[in-house]
Amino acid sequence: MSGLVLRRIGYTVFMAVVLAFFAIPMLWLASAPFDSRPGLGLRWPDWTLDNVRATFEHPYALGSLVNSLILCVVATAVTTLCATLAAYALSRVRIPGRDVLLYVLLLLSSVVTGTAAMVPIFVMMKQLGLINSHYGTALVIAAGMLPAAIFILKDFVDAVPRSYEESARVFGASPGQVLRHVVLPVARPGIATILVWSFVQAWGNFLLPFLLLRDVETQPGAVLLQTLRDEGGTANLTVIPVFSLLYSIPVVALYLFVSKRYGFRFHGGIKA
Amino acid sequence: MAGIELTGLSTVYPNGVRAVDSLDVSIKDGEFFALLGPSGCGKTTLLRTIAGLEPATSGTVSIGARDVTRVEPGQRRVAMVFQDYALFPHMSVAENIAYPLRVRRAPRPRQREVAARTAADLGLDGLLERRPGQLSGGQQQRVALARAIAVSADVLLLDEPLSNLDARLRLEARTFLKRLQRELGLTTVFVTHDQAEALALADRIAVMEAGRIRQLGSPREIFQRPGSTFVANFIGSTPMNLLPGAVRSGAVEVAGTSLTEVDLPDGTEVVVGIRPEYLTLGEEGIPGTVSIVENLGITSLVTLECADGTLIGVTVQEHAEPRIGAQVSAAPQPGRLLLYGQDGVLLG
Repeated sequence: MSGLVLRRIGYTVFMAVVLAFFAIPMLWLASAPFDSRPGLGLRWPDWTLDNVRATFEHPYALGSLVNSLILCVVATAVTTLCATLAAYALSRVRIPGRDVLLYVLLLLSSVVTGTAAMVPIFVMMKQLGLINSHYGTALVIAAGMLPAAIFILKDFVDAVPRSYEESARVFGASPGQVLRHVVLPVARPGIATILVWSFVQAWGNFLLPFLLLRDVETQPGAVLLQTLRDEGGTANLTVIPVFSLLYSIPVVALYLFVSKRYGFRFHGGIKA
Repeated sequence: MAGIELTGLSTVYPNGVRAVDSLDVSIKDGEFFALLGPSGCGKTTLLRTIAGLEPATSGTVSIGARDVTRVEPGQRRVAMVFQDYALFPHMSVAENIAYPLRVRRAPRPRQREVAARTAADLGLDGLLERRPGQLSGGQQQRVALARAIAVSADVLLLDEPLSNLDARLRLEARTFLKRLQRELGLTTVFVTHDQAEALALADRIAVMEAGRIRQLGSPREIFQRPGSTFVANFIGSTPMNLLPGAVRSGAVEVAGTSLTEVDLPDGTEVVVGIRPEYLTLGEEGIPGTVSIVENLGITSLVTLECADGTLIGVTVQEHAEPRIGAQVSAAPQPGRLLLYGQDGVLLG
């Protein structure tokens, strides 16, 4: 009996520590932006809106969020569109070595946009004149996400029975109509998953924009965040908390919107 | 309205399998035609070739005197119901039924009107706003049929239309399907592996094996005079007795009993085919011991074991069931005995 009680106490304490580990940064994000003297610790705030004002007056803060949005929207759109079409084609067309191709792509994708490829990518983008270009950077980000996106989506498209498409074809639907009327709506939860996943990936991407967007006016939020410190290297705690809060809003909003609208399930490529 | 003409039709898969092997079939206008065979015999491939979903390797498919061999499925004026019904899960029943019209860009009011009318014809009123997932198997099948007949096609193709229904519903659906086909007078080809379904529904049946048609005929012909031991084995809810026999002094002998006179040389080895339903238990015929009695409801299937170990199935009425171990004889009804050569082909 006492063993059971001890086990329950132990379990509860363990869960409390785990929860605190994740909850404290969240609480900090809720309190620090509105504290007159924000620190790195967690405390009941001395309410003020001065930090918000300071952040809005910061020369690059809001602009960097707009940059982030441009980067993410372009990268997400390219990834979702290309991944959907590629996944559909790879799911339906029989080509020799298709599965090997997919795995190799997936494997290489971690290299392509990984640290190892940074120098060649930088040189290539420089020669193409795409340094400091949002669209160029977005394309590189999208290219890095595509293999994984295709891999996950192919699973969803594989789950759409071929008889649906054949049925539509017999009724006279063109390939475009088959795609629009049947395949896309049925694979919609998968597409929604990829949409959110690629947006989140692009939103948090630091290395690529850091390398390819040299001009501070073109840098997205993820890059700007690490410049928010004074000459001594101390973090600018007036701006960082509010900026962090603003920075986290789009991802949460997108998640809630897509979840409500499309009811997607996060499979991570493995069907339940 | 149109008949279907298949000439020298072959469909070969990329892996070299000849699923359909140089077939010549003529399906008449308004006919209810069954493609029957065991799984893997090419019946579904043939149906898909008629629909245009599988390209014909050689030969031609004509529908209503129009050669459609190289025509896209959507331009062949065929409608098809798939085995899994292939109802679109994200569309309501009404949208599903009206889908062929949507593809043709018919105005929305017309789509709604046709969907409502077709649904009413098939007893689906009140279900128009439901999703396919909310319907029973029988209702789903009727939605699939409604979608197929919503636009007037020349030919209706059904792939295993009843196989996804449970046994009781299947009988109901069978009657429904037959009445619907009669009312529409639509040339209908359906694929089945269930001989009872084919016998019950079809005007004519093509029994297929390994991409070829083994026998083509009315259900009665196929049931009464199977052209080969393969067809004989396949047709009938109780399998036909295929007994080893030989010709002795002008008569066929099975298990030591002389049965019927034939015009074959003495010593010819034959296979004697007789349906259990066409055998009568009594004093005359092939003697044997009753070893098994299987109750089939109104009848029973009695298995006789002859002295030489041959097993013979006999169907008897429920009130005439013999005891196990009884010594009885089975006599074929006149004219019901079929003789097959050693190659399995019907003689005479």
